[in-house]
Formats: sequence, structure tokens, C-alpha cells
Amino acid sequence: MIICLIFIFPSLCGAQKSIILATTTSTQDSGLLDVLIPVFEKKTGYFVKTIAVGSGQAMAMGQKGEADVLLVHSPAAEKKFIAEGYGVNRRLVMHNDYIVVGPAEDPAKIKGMKVSTEAFKKIAGAGALFLSRGDNSGTHSKEKAIWKVSGIKPEGQKWYQETGLGMGQTLNVTSEKKGYTLADRGTYLALRKTLHLDILTKGDALLLNSYHVIEVNPAKWPKVNTTGAKAFVGFMVSKEAQEVTKTFGVDKFGSPLFFPDAGKKEEDLGK
Amino acid sequence: MNVPAPILEVDRLQVRKGGTLVLDIPSLRLEEGEILSLIGPNGAGKTTLLQALACLIKPSQGELFFKEKIVSSNHGLFQYRRKLAMVFQEPLLFDTTVFENVSSGLKIRGLKRAEIGKKVAENLERFGIPHLVHRSARKISGGEAQRVALARAFATQPEVLFLDEPFASLDPPTRESLIDDLERILRQTGTTTIFATHDRMEALRLSDRVAVMNRGRILQIGPPPEVMNQPLDEFVASFVGVETILTGRVSKKDKGSFLASVMGHEVEAVGEVELGETVVFCIRPENVTLSPSSPKGATSARNVFWGRITKIIPMGLFYKVQLDCGFPLVAYVTARSLEDLALVEGKEVAATFKATSIHVVQKKLVET
Amino acid sequence: MDLILEGILKAFYLLVTFDSEVMKITLLSLQVSGSATLISLLIGISIGTMVALAEFPGRRFVVSLINTGMGLPPVVVGLFVTIFLWRNGPLGFLGVLYTPTAMIIAQAIIATPIVMGITLAAIQALPKNLRLQILALGATRFQMVWILVKEAKLPLLAGVMAGFGGVISEVGASIMVGGNIKGYSRVLTTATVMETSRGNFDIAIALGIILLLLAYFINLILTNIQQRERPR
Repeated sequence: MIICLIFIFPSLCGAQKSIILATTTSTQDSGLLDVLIPVFEKKTGYFVKTIAVGSGQAMAMGQKGEADVLLVHSPAAEKKFIAEGYGVNRRLVMHNDYIVVGPAEDPAKIKGMKVSTEAFKKIAGAGALFLSRGDNSGTHSKEKAIWKVSGIKPEGQKWYQETGLGMGQTLNVTSEKKGYTLADRGTYLALRKTLHLDILTKGDALLLNSYHVIEVNPAKWPKVNTTGAKAFVGFMVSKEAQEVTKTFGVDKFGSPLFFPDAGKKEEDLGK
Repeated sequence: MNVPAPILEVDRLQVRKGGTLVLDIPSLRLEEGEILSLIGPNGAGKTTLLQALACLIKPSQGELFFKEKIVSSNHGLFQYRRKLAMVFQEPLLFDTTVFENVSSGLKIRGLKRAEIGKKVAENLERFGIPHLVHRSARKISGGEAQRVALARAFATQPEVLFLDEPFASLDPPTRESLIDDLERILRQTGTTTIFATHDRMEALRLSDRVAVMNRGRILQIGPPPEVMNQPLDEFVASFVGVETILTGRVSKKDKGSFLASVMGHEVEAVGEVELGETVVFCIRPENVTLSPSSPKGATSARNVFWGRITKIIPMGLFYKVQLDCGFPLVAYVTARSLEDLALVEGKEVAATFKATSIHVVQKKLVET
Repeated sequence: MDLILEGILKAFYLLVTFDSEVMKITLLSLQVSGSATLISLLIGISIGTMVALAEFPGRRFVVSLINTGMGLPPVVVGLFVTIFLWRNGPLGFLGVLYTPTAMIIAQAIIATPIVMGITLAAIQALPKNLRLQILALGATRFQMVWILVKEAKLPLLAGVMAGFGGVISEVGASIMVGGNIKGYSRVLTTATVMETSRGNFDIAIALGIILLLLAYFINLILTNIQQRERPR
């Protein structure tokens, strides 16, 4: 009977002052939000429900009005999102980059290459195992863009495998199978200890990974918490948030995982 | 003189299962203090009748009266149920102690603990099992379990007791001892009882009236000797067995054999009896010999009676001859014998049967 | 191999130091799954007993529904509950999506058919005449059902353990309707998935071990109760 006492119904948290933030798994896995969100919550009293899914699903949630604000990194899809009237007030928050990683043996010999499309061509040419996330995430979209530019159609080829998994798990699979993959630097750094993968190609402008916050359009979905969304967007581009972003990860990984860009124009970005 | 009202009465009772009529009782009366037994083959409707009378199943039509008041699902059903008790072939005890089991009917009625304790002790004593009071119901024998079931039933002091073949799953010695005890208790408490059984001897021993059932109907109902000796039809006859059943009082006894007075005639039989004791004789027709005149010379048969043939019934390979010797008697004869002896209805013949061929049933009645 | 050893050590460390995050997650797991099991107990045993004892047209259909429900894929339950609890869904006005309440609802939906099905089988397995015997003892309908349930308490307890086991270990629906929000709707299972995808295997294994220990202790208590009453 004592056991029953522990089973008290957990109380319903203030559903009034809460916002639903749809973001990507890689963003959450980096751990940045674990630091930023509490600051925001303390400051504004809002309760943030962080739902981490792939960029595709995050934007689908926005389209359905099931989220109040998005934090995603899939520019082409985002622009379409805005154009179709689902989102407003898209603001640049930060960026990091993607990298091409692979086994130390590097059978496709792409180490040190500076152009991602060339590296991809070589991987295809060698028929080396390449793992794709295959889940319409930001990373997946970027990967598809690179294949497109390099003029290669990898779908259906024997060496091209789609995991349908998040970034961390895809990296694990890639490491186990000694293949190549495209990853965001943040997740790679976080998992580096357990992976047997090296950074082989980086620095290409195409590999730039920019993060934006977008408010879900209240005109389309009156039920969204516009005030809350605005407060969040305001916070993410604020000096305070940007400072936290700048120093995040330095003590753990030796270099920052993200580079704050609030106020800058997208075209100005570069490393 | 006023005829006392029956404690239970049934009018045009019918039960249908899936469209088929499984019970059809135009009328039935049960007197207070009476013990009625229902006998019949499997599927005759004994269980259905018991459950309908106990209002555990709903009749498709007909009415039930308890102490002249009608009982139905919206009329006093619940109060009626609390005045009866039922014991089934399986003890159906609860997974707890004997005490908890026997007290369950009392707990259901909301009696106080002190009361319950008293009644439970009383009834455990009654059925000879006070030592089992704290035993788990799972750890007792079949006979003990049935005693617990009976104690549980009696604890609520029922006005009508229903027993559905309660001894059927017990082995003979256990059954014997339990029947003995139950008979004594029923007579002591005067509880009106209806019980269903396969065993004719049980019915014979315990009941005031016997009802023979088949296919949902009561074919014949009456005191055991009447039903057994004067079956109304072939089926009843074949079911009750065709022994002659006579009741007598021991008048003389001598070295293992005795004489009993049966309707004014002295019949000799063997057995250990007391003077004045009531005994029941069962005489199989095969053991009765007929002759046109008194057998001359010494025979070992001491029972020779003159009687008039009241009926001759052909039974295929032989004939059944019903006689009136001052008491009813049934004999079998072959077709040959029938011819040889020129047996016809109305003729006077001598009927003989050995003292050793009589099956004696000692009906133990409590001194009133 | 040493990864597992690391995990065990980490689990020990987290428990012994009463790591607040882990304590919160564990307590929430208990609360959510416990509440869901309690609900499934109440609904499952009452309806299961009713169906077991009643005769009505279409009963066989209802029984097969219950039996199918026992194998309901939790992930499918999660999907449907999400769709219902969405802002724009029929129950959106409740505003419970991404809360522990939604998790309790989903888990209760998963556990209830299990408890119901086992109750149904247990009550039906009682001797046929037992119900009549109890009525002949003068019991009211309610008293009769109560006594029958007590008689079936051994298999019924097994049903509760099955229900609890099914939901304490559930992850698909819990993530979907709960959102795995830190300090709020994160439970042992969802946290394990997250730590694995982050690559923090030691923490993931530790959480897994804690979950196993939790499930073991709860079942130990229930098993003790059940076996105490076992026929010897």
C-alpha cells in the first residue's frame, strides 16, 4: 500500500505560459539548448517544450500549427516554408559547418580535399560505402544538395545506404561499417571518443550549416503562442544568448561548436 | 382440520434453454420439514429444477411461491435467497481457511463477529470437524471439504436446503459416514430439503418423498415404497429398479436372522437388528418363485405367502407378475412357466423367497 | 565489454550519489507507469470481470477485441494519441500534449487491454458453479463479483505485473506524446534512447541498469504477494 503513495499523478505544468519549440535532434544532441533554454526560462518565466525531431518533421509541425517556434538548419526548405506563408520573422542565429568523415584507411582517398563535391565524386567513383541519414533532416538536405552539384545520383547504388536515423546513430553505424558520411561538426565532436572516424574534408562554402529561428505564422494558426514565440526569437538573437553560444563547448572540445551570427546577413557568412 | 400451507410451491414452471424446453413442472408442493429427493438419469432436469427452485436461474414462465408469497426477480427474490442454502457436487470452497469459508454466508449477511464465531463453532461441531477450523481449505480431503460446504450451508440456518448430488464425488466409506451424519442432522433440525441424486438407496434412506424425473418432467412423485413398488410407467419402473420394497418392524430376532412385521405378515430376513427397529426390505423379482400351491416338503425358504395376481406385464423374454400378498410383491417368470402354471390375472398363487435373498436397509430414525 | 563495465560503475555512482537528474527521471518513470497501471487496473479488472460473467449478443466479438488489444503495438497507440491530443486535434483543447499526463494516457491505453484480457481469462477459469454457489449464499451482485475477484487474485496479480511491465519498458509512445522534455517528461526509457543517440553509452547503460533494477524490485514485491498465496 505504501507503494501506491509514490504513484501520485504528476501535476499538469502550467500549460498557459509555455511554448513548443520544434528543433532538430542534432541541435539538441549538441547540448547547446540544455544551456540556453534554462536561461530563457528563468528570464521570461516561459516553460519551453523542446521537441527534437528531424528538420523535415519540425517544419511539418510548424505547417500544422503544432509548434510555436522553430530552430532549424535547412535553408532551402525554410525559404519554401516562409514563401508558403507558414512562418514569419526568420532570423539567423548561428552557424557551424558540416564535415565529411570516414575511416582512417580512407579507401576513396579524399583526405585533405577542400571541395566537398569533388570528395563526393571520388567516393562514388571508388564505390566506397557511404551512409546517408535519409530522413529529410537538415543534414540530409545538405547532403542531397552536394550530390546534385556534383552531378551524381547515388540513390539505388550498392555503396549508398540510408539509415533513417539521427545524426549520432548514423555516425555510430558509419563507424561500425567503416564508411563515409556527412555530419555536422557538433555531433561529431560530441561522439568523437567512441567513433573510429576522422575528419577528411572540410571548409567548403557549400558545407556551411546555418541555423535560423522562425516564428510559426499566427495568421495561419491563431492558436500559436505568438508572444512566447516572439520572446524566444528575441532571446536567441540577444547578446546574452550569443555570448553563451560563442563559448559553448570550448572547455569540453577545445573549440566552439557554434559561431553566433545574429544580425549578420546570410551571404556574409564564411569561415 | 387445516392442511398446513406448503413451504414451497410451484405453478406451471418452465425453463427453456436456447429454445428447447428443458424443464416443465405444472405443479409441485413441498411441505415444511419434508425431505424430497429427485432421481433420474443425467440430463433429466434435476439440476435445472433445483436451480429454478432456488431462483438461481430465471424460469421462462411460471411462478414460485415461498410460504404462499410469490417470489420473482423484482419481488422478494433477494430475501428469499437469503433464506435458503445450496450445496453442489463439488465443495466449491473459497481459497482461504475453513473458518472463513463457513462464516462466508454470515459475513455476507453482515453479522457481527461474535455471532459469527458462535455459529461457525456450532456447525463445525455438528459436522464433526471442529479441529479443522484454521486449516486452509486447500489442505483438506474431499470428504472433509464436503463437510465444510455443508457446515457453511447450515450456518445460515436456511429454511430450505438444496443439495445437488452432494455425495456423488465421494468414495463409498466417506459417503456412508457423511450420509449417516447428514440424515441425523436433517431429522434433528427439521430442515426442509430437496436433493438430487443418482443413487436410489440414498433416496430411499433419506427421503420422505421421491420424485422420478426424465426429460424435464416429473413422472411420478410419492413416498419411496409407493414409487418403487408401484411405478406408473416403464421408464419409472426401469429407473427405480424393480425390487419390491417393503417397510417392517422387527418383532423377533434370533442368531443373525430376524422376523419383521410387514403389513401384518411376518417376513424372515438376515441381519443385525434391534427389536422394534424399522427396516426396509428390497426383494428382487428374480428371487421370487411362484407355485400354484404351497410347496410340499422341506425347503430352505421360510417365506411362503399366498397372494392374488393383480397384473401380468410382458417384458420381452419374460413376464413381470405383480401380486398382492397382503403386501405388494413382484416376481419374474419365464414364458414357459407362465404357461405351465397357467398364470392369469386374479389367480391365487403361492409366492416364495429366501430370507437370505432379502436386501435389508436399516432406516435409522431418531427417537421422537 | 568494458563499456558495460563502465556502465555498471556509472549506474552505481549515479545511484549512490543520488544524482538529482537521475532521481527525477526515475521518480517520473514510477509516477507515470504507476499511475497508468493503476488506471488500467481499475478499468481492466472491472470490465474484464463484467465481460467474463455476462451473456450478451456480440460477446465473442468483444472478447476477440480485448485479446487483440493485448497485442496492440505501443508505437501505434502513441501515434493515435498524438493525433488526438494535437492542438488542432479533437482533444487539443486539453493542452496535454508533451506532458506527463499524455504519457499516462498513452500508457494506460497500452496496459488496459492486457489487464482486461488476463482478468477475463482468470474469471472464466473459475469453477462454473462458483458464481451460483456465491449467489446461493445470499450475496448481492456486487458481493458476488468482489468474492470472485478475490478468488482469482493470483492470475489477476500476474495481469497487473504484465501491464506494469509492458509500460515501464515502453519508449515509442512515451517519446511521441511526451516529447522527452528534460526535467519534465523525460523518463528512464526515453532518456536511454536519447543518451544512446548522443553517444553517451556509459550513461545509457547506467540508465538501462537502473530501469532493470526498478522493474525487478516492483515485480519482486508483487511476486511476493502472489506467491505468498500460492497453493502448496
